[in-house]
Formats: sequence, C-alpha cells, structure tokens
Amino acid sequence: MDFNFTEEQQLLADTVRRFVREHYPFEARREILKSKEGWSRDLWQQLAGLGLTALNVPEEHGGLAAGPVDTMLVMNALGEGLVLEPYLSASVITPALLARIGDEKAAADLLPAVAAGERIVIVAHQEPKTRGELNHVATRAEKSGDSFVLDGHKSVIMHGGAADEFLVSARTAGKTGDRDGISLFRVAPGASGLKMKVYRTIDEQQAADVELTKVKVPATALVGAEGRAFPALESAHDLGLSAICGEAVGIMKAVNAATLEYTKNRKQFGQPIAKFQVLQHRMADMFLNAEQATSMSYLAALKCTDPDLGERRRALSAAKVAVGQAGRFVGQQAIQLHGGMGMTDELIVSHYFKRLTAIDLTFGDTDFHLQQFIAATPAA
Amino acid sequence: MDLNFTSEELAFRDEVRAFMREQLPADIAQRIKSGLSIRADDYRRWQTILYRKGWGAPTWPKQSGGTGWTPVQLHIFDEESAAAGAPRTIPFGLKMVGPVIMAFGNPTQQQRWLPRIVSGEDWWCQGYSEPGAGSDLASLKTRAERQGDHYIVNGQKTWNTLGQYADWIFCLVRTDPHAPKQQQGISFLLIDMKTPGITVRPIITMEGAHEVNEVWLENVKVPVENRIGEENKGWTYAKFLLGHERTNIAGVGASKRELQRLKDIARQETKNGRPLIEDPLFAARVAQVEIDLMALEMTQLRVLSAEAQKRAPGPEASILKIKGTEVQQALSELMMYAVGPYALPFERGSREEGDLRSIAGPSYAAPLAATYCNYRKVSIYGGSNEIQRNIISQMILGL
Repeated sequence: MDFNFTEEQQLLADTVRRFVREHYPFEARREILKSKEGWSRDLWQQLAGLGLTALNVPEEHGGLAAGPVDTMLVMNALGEGLVLEPYLSASVITPALLARIGDEKAAADLLPAVAAGERIVIVAHQEPKTRGELNHVATRAEKSGDSFVLDGHKSVIMHGGAADEFLVSARTAGKTGDRDGISLFRVAPGASGLKMKVYRTIDEQQAADVELTKVKVPATALVGAEGRAFPALESAHDLGLSAICGEAVGIMKAVNAATLEYTKNRKQFGQPIAKFQVLQHRMADMFLNAEQATSMSYLAALKCTDPDLGERRRALSAAKVAVGQAGRFVGQQAIQLHGGMGMTDELIVSHYFKRLTAIDLTFGDTDFHLQQFIAATPAA
Repeated sequence: MDLNFTSEELAFRDEVRAFMREQLPADIAQRIKSGLSIRADDYRRWQTILYRKGWGAPTWPKQSGGTGWTPVQLHIFDEESAAAGAPRTIPFGLKMVGPVIMAFGNPTQQQRWLPRIVSGEDWWCQGYSEPGAGSDLASLKTRAERQGDHYIVNGQKTWNTLGQYADWIFCLVRTDPHAPKQQQGISFLLIDMKTPGITVRPIITMEGAHEVNEVWLENVKVPVENRIGEENKGWTYAKFLLGHERTNIAGVGASKRELQRLKDIARQETKNGRPLIEDPLFAARVAQVEIDLMALEMTQLRVLSAEAQKRAPGPEASILKIKGTEVQQALSELMMYAVGPYALPFERGSREEGDLRSIAGPSYAAPLAATYCNYRKVSIYGGSNEIQRNIISQMILGL
C-alpha cells in the first residue's frame, strides 16, 4: 500500500498547475468567454503542446498511455483554473473509448490526431431520458444496404459545438435500456439530417443538443463490433467519472483558499470576520469536506479500471456521491461566507460554485449514484 | 499510488487472522459482536494474550517493548482484530501515559512503568478533566504542594473512565498557582490508586452504566520521583498526550464491524412485508454511512502514509476524530431505528452484564438503545468535536 505520487506524476501536476496559473488567470478566462465559441483554440494548442491531449492515448497511436492518477492530477489543476476547453470530453472520454472498443482501424485513423490535439472528437451518448444510465439508448441505427440510418436525440453533449467529428451511440438491436445492441458510429457534424443546437451552460462551459433525422452513414462508419459498444462506453465513462471527481477536488481546494483569504481581509464589527468562531468552524467543515472528497477521488482513480465490475461500480458511485455532497456543501458555504460579494459575477467564487453545481449534475447526480451504490453492494 | 497490500503485508494479515482465530476467546468475541460492553476481566485476559504473543503494545517502538509495526501493519491489525470481535485495548496506558513516559520520563521511570503497561499488570486511568476544566483543560484547580520529597495533592478529577479498576492514575496538577499564564504552573504526576486519600465515586450515565467516575484527592502524598519531566512544564506533556490520544481514534475497523451488524439486523427486520434492508429510504441511510466510512478509511490511510515519514500524529488526527465519531454515532442510531419499538424495552445493566435474553423482542435489539445513548459521548470525549474544529482552524487553516 502506497499513497505517494511518483516523481513523474508530481512533475506533471506541478507543470499543469503552473501553466494554469500563468496562462489561465480569471481575467483571461473572461476574455475567452466573450468569444462566440466560448473556448480558445490557441489555449487548446498550448495544452496539446504540454502533451496533455496525448495523456490517455495508447503509445502505439502517438500517446503517453498515462493512468487515471495522472488524469486526476491534470483535472485537479484544470479545475482550479475553471478551464473552458473540451479536455474532459475530447482528451479523456474519447481516447478511452477508442482505446477500449477494439477497432484498430478507427483507433489508427483518429487517435494520432486526437493525441496531437488536431482533431476534436466528441462522444454523443447522453439522451433526454438517460439521467446517468448509460444503457439508456433510444437512438436507433437501421441497416439499409451498405449504410446505417440514424434517428434520435442526443442531449446536453458537453463541448458538442467543438466537435470536428462525433462518435454517436445508437441502437442496432434490442430495446431502450438493454446493454446489448448499442453500436457506435462516426458522424460528421455537417452530416445531412443532423441538427445541432449549441448553447452555454450555467457554468459557462458549452454544450449541444444533437438531433439526428435519417442521418445516413456508410457501414464503414461503424466503430467496433455491431451491438457491442456498451462495455467500452461504460469503461470510458468510468474514467470520466474519476476525472470529474478530480476536477471537483481541484475546485474545492481553490474555493476554500479563496474563502479563507476573503474572510481574513473582510472586516466587520471592527475585526476580520475570520476571527468569528462560527465562521472558523464552517471553514473547518469545508476543509473536512474537501479532504474526504480528495480521499474518494483517489479511490475513484485507483478503482476506475478495476476488472471487478462490482467493486469498480461501488467505488466510483461512492466517490461521485461523496464528491457531489462535498461540492455542494463547499460551494454553498463559500457563497454564504463571501456574503453579498459571493453573489456577484465579478468574483471567481461564484464561478467555482456554478461549476461544482454542474459537476453534480453530470454523469449522474448524487441520488443516482447512491442508488447505483446500493445496487452494486452485495447483500451479504 | 497503490491500494494493494504488498506480499509481506498480506502475509502479516494472514498471521493476524490466524492469531485471532486461535487465540481470541469466543465469549469475548461473542460479547463484542452482540454489542455488549466488555468487562474489566475480559480486557485483562485479552491484554495478557496479546502480551504473550509479543503484541502487547501495537503502537510502540520495539525498544520500549512494542511491536515496531508500520502504519500499514497497525491498520491491518486494527481491521482484523475488530472484524474478529476483539476488544480495543484500553487506551489510558498504551496510548496516553505510555508515550508520555517514553518521551519525557527518565530511564528509572521508563523501566518502572512501561513494561507493566505492556504486560497488562498495571491498569491506568486518566486524571485530566475536572468539574470546572473540560474543554478549557488548563484552568484545572487540583493543587500539588511540595513538602520535601513529596507532593501533597488536593482536588477533584472527573470523567475518569473505568478508574474503579485502575492501579494508577496520571494527573495534571497545579504546582504554581501564581504563574503568569495558567498553562505555566502545571505538572504531570503519576499516582498509585491505593494511596490513602483517594476516593473513587461512580457517575451513572443515562443508560445506567458505571463507566466513569469522580476521583477525589484529599491530602494524597505523592513521591516527587513520580513526576514526569520538569515541574510546571506539565502542559507540554499534556498536549503531547492529547495528540497521541487521537491516534487511531477513527475506529475504522470497529465501524466496519458495526456496519455489518447493522446490515444483519436490517435483513432480519421487516417493513411493509419486505426486509428492512430493501426499504429504499433505509437502504439510502445505510449506504450514506457506508460511503462516509469508505471516505474515512481512505483519509485514515492517507494520514497514516504521511505519518509514516514523521511518526507523530499531526492536526490531521482531528479530521479522523470528527468524521470517525460521526460515523460511530450514525451507526448506533441506525441500529436503534432498525428495530423500531423493540429498541425501547430496557433493563438496567443488561448491556454490561451481558444478558442476551431480552425482556421482549429479538435478543439483538436489547442493547441498542443503551448503546445509542452511550455513544453520544464519542463526540464529547477526546477533545470535543468543537475543540477539534478549533484545532483545524488554528493549526491547519492558520486562523
């Protein structure tokens, strides 16, 4: 048993943190948000220059084949900077999915460009009735000669607007809710019959709803074996769960530091409000919550590739519950302790709060994962 | 980072498991697993068995008669002994006064007292708290006046746990009432409980148990050689002791065992014609505690791993105290609610005496309300959870 990071991991964490602090100050982020896209290609290239887009790509496809702990450390730092670029979607979930789905041709085709940050491929999987259940796929793909015809609705696809290409999940067999029968297809955003609505989310990230009406793709657009995409989708989302827990922890630590600083400087009744015990104990609780969440983010990173599916599910759902609850507490109390200033758009704390809120609503919320945890826990 | 045990650690786990299987008396394990309190003789018996194995002081270094175990080994031992139903060792000698004697006692004192703690020959109790000095410990009033080669001690101590069985008491006493700061006039004395002038009076707690006492000291004559360290420097040693008290205070192993007991009970109870464990509301409450416990265990492992480098518990122990006791209380509460109205029938002393026959209802229900009442103490003792938050805000947040 060992809880130390390797020297390489420490170096990676330091490098990304330094990059975020130097190149991603709050003011710079504000400027990026003024653009139509809401994220910066230039910064994306810089992240790629640091090798971060290659982190989860296998070595044979030009990647670094790093592990979930490395990804967690990167996400800690990106969380602190509230980074707007599509890292989680395009550099964590997509390469994990392509590395696991067992399609050498698609991997060789897409992964080198994904690793280099040259091509942004986004997984379009979630649907209006998904609510965290990855097996809930109502979108259908009907075989028609040498083609598939896709019909369905993909909802709140994070960074959908940034996609150079989509990987769309669609059902080629079975009924909505079956694990079997889900297939994966390469679809161009400009495909005929694909209607995309791009929008901002409450946390100023961007997302898209994608409607597919008789979208025709060639049979060669199928990625992996027909009807067998679920295990790879699940495993990619498990890495995503671990990564987003890491992001939340990075945010919580930054929120706590900002709150501590604020209460030391803000004076009322002739003294800094940090002198009041009621606020000291609140901040002690915020610290406790962030520490427990940190512990669970470690567990998530260490278990998200566990071959024992039950153990993996238990650990990841427990982590998402703990991180979700801690994030809500830390975020809400940070606003409360900043008083009126916490309500403003001007201070970063409200932006942290919004991202923590969004994270709890992503990949299944606290209640969803509490149920998943119960289902995965052996009765005996 | 790696959560897996090394092959040496796995071998150690097997050794502990085998030892528990062969050496832990079945009647003691039965008491623990039924949620009954442990009797003084049970504690003594278990300490003797551990001592014979060479495990009398798991947290101590080898040269003081301990095991010299690594933090991971300690974690494994805690986990395995709790799962087997072994009692926790009485902390007053092993975790409180022992480390103080080791760090600040002279060689004569170390030879006199340490081996008898490990062997279980001496039972220690604490003489810290006073009626007017709880969280504000430094305001203690018990006086010790020097007369030649003795101190004459007068005062009253309270919340003295299991002192009715103790051979020795470690006391904080005021040797200089005129010191400019109240922390400065305190000394650390070891007192033989048989000394004339000591009276132990029971305090009966709400569940009817005699677990704590008042200790009255009237003209108690204590040899100067029983003082640890320097006169008037006792506060330094007191703080050192309080730091060690929080070692392993999280009680992860015991809480895992209690979680299992909760699930066993909830499987036997029914609600709406189904096992209670399948009731969505109850299942969610159980799951919440289980998740909190998983987080606690991971935090404990992180703290242990950090401590492995510096060996002394830091302010992080306050995290473990708060979260550990919250989990313990939540478990005792859920267990009581699991049996519903059959938590109510109560017979004074049954939890202590180990009478598993219930007055009414299932036998597992009998001790649950008493345990729930008793466990309100855990967020109060060992530095209340509010004091722990003070420590976090001062020592970690720098406020």
